[in-house]
Amino acid sequence: MSVAAKSGARAGFDPRAVKRDFPIFTNNPGVVFLDSAASAQKPASVIDRVSDFYRHDYANVHRGVYRLSVKSSELYENARDRAAKFLNAADPSEIIFVRGATEGINLVVYSWGAANLKAGDEVLITELEHHANIVPWQILRDRIGFTLKVAPIDATGGIDMAVLESLIGPKTKMVAVTQLANATGALVPVEAIIRLAHAKGALALIDGCQAAPRMMVDVQALDCDFYVFSGHKMYGPTGIGVLYGKRALLQEMPPWQGGGDMILNVTFEKTTFQEPPARFEAGTPDISGAIGLATALDYIDALGRDAIAAHEAELTEYGIGVLSRMPGVKLVPAGQRRFGILSFGVDGVHPHDLATILDQHSVAVRAGHHCAQPLMDKLNLAATTRASFGVYNDERDIDSLAAAIKAAQVMFAD
Amino acid sequence: METRDLYQDIILDHGRKPRNFHAMEHPSHFAHGHNPLCGDRITIYLELADGRVKDVSFEGRGCAISTASASLMTEVLKGKTLAEADALFKAFHAEVMGTEIPPVPEPLQDDFERLAPLEGVKAYPARVKCATLAWHAFETALKSGAVGATVKTE
Repeated sequence: MSVAAKSGARAGFDPRAVKRDFPIFTNNPGVVFLDSAASAQKPASVIDRVSDFYRHDYANVHRGVYRLSVKSSELYENARDRAAKFLNAADPSEIIFVRGATEGINLVVYSWGAANLKAGDEVLITELEHHANIVPWQILRDRIGFTLKVAPIDATGGIDMAVLESLIGPKTKMVAVTQLANATGALVPVEAIIRLAHAKGALALIDGCQAAPRMMVDVQALDCDFYVFSGHKMYGPTGIGVLYGKRALLQEMPPWQGGGDMILNVTFEKTTFQEPPARFEAGTPDISGAIGLATALDYIDALGRDAIAAHEAELTEYGIGVLSRMPGVKLVPAGQRRFGILSFGVDGVHPHDLATILDQHSVAVRAGHHCAQPLMDKLNLAATTRASFGVYNDERDIDSLAAAIKAAQVMFAD
Repeated sequence: METRDLYQDIILDHGRKPRNFHAMEHPSHFAHGHNPLCGDRITIYLELADGRVKDVSFEGRGCAISTASASLMTEVLKGKTLAEADALFKAFHAEVMGTEIPPVPEPLQDDFERLAPLEGVKAYPARVKCATLAWHAFETALKSGAVGATVKTE
């Protein structure tokens, strides 16, 4: 573990020291990276862990009786334990490794949804959702004929809780909602939404992609039924993510992909399946990804999740202050609490032109619809520019962003 | 490559004040261009007569590059035969893609020159689609006639 992470465990952390844990910044000096909501950079400990695993311990899991395979299987299952602890799941078997949050949601849709939803049932999502929590439900809806309802945002850009409550009824079987809107940075009161869902007998799925890297998540305290996150947004490798599901639910769910490792016995007449989590992990999994993710979770916890949340909140407040003082810069509404993500527009400068000019100033931001087209339509925006923070950012990055925005404004001034 | 090479005055000017920026009531051909990646939308309207572009206009919303490119396109296409329009598109496409530019017939060279301010996008692969959106929509309009169609670039 790095020096920065160790010192961070005591009292906050110094983002400048943290930055030195990330080789990308040594190799690209001067880059102002404000796109962690799309994907976070990787600390050396994660990069080295993946590389060391391939160099020293690699073999397929669960198959070989030889020592390397035993070792590899052990490391893979240790990674599952690590993810379970990270989310405070009751049992490691509640952690299913998937490619990312998108695959996690698809798993729930095609396994739980296909087995449990029928015409007349309702699934509730919100206007803040990423396409990953919209499109899978639509595909299954078109096949089965259940109703997909959408809880709207209010004028402030937050979920209209009164309307949301009114949309949960006896036909509602699932409420699937983001914890932190990727396109606007609106923090969603998921605790209350989960309670409302359960009160009407519906399940709750939480998309934790943006929240899990930024704050403490305790799935037992939340009492959510499913929770998903992507490893690559957690300073971990790409291609690995986690679906948490309550054990009793997972045990009743049918497999969604068939193949090796997920079976007990196969004949051409009949196949019996493994218990969760193996039932849902057909084929050779992303072994190195899971092990790298475990190291990333170690890194996050060494910095301290409360310290990270405080850091993100400070940067967000600072960013709001800087951007809202700039003439012509408008923050996209994000409800009662904006966290870790600033989505904005600049009068007279299209987001794509802005992003190109920011890039010339070495400021990396995302421009576009952020895979949330329905939300953009609702906000009557074709696109926004989005700056999002990670543990390696500090106030100077926001000052650089502001300076680059000013340069764009000068260029585009009439 | 400096941003200023991409955002030359002529691009900024056409981006701010696009020419031929209006709908056409009875176009003989039209098509929508949509870049799903950035949300840019454009509609190209054509009036073709005797194998020539008698009139061309556009409307929509997009970045400075896509708006300026559409604006410059409408300026150079007016009065051109379809073969001439095609030759200009091929040459322009090659120019912004940074590939080998096919020979431009002498009478079209002035028009091709007028598109030169957009050459800078070839240094920005993510922005090439912005510069070519209007042209793809033009090509689609030629094929779809008065029925209209949508072309997506991504």
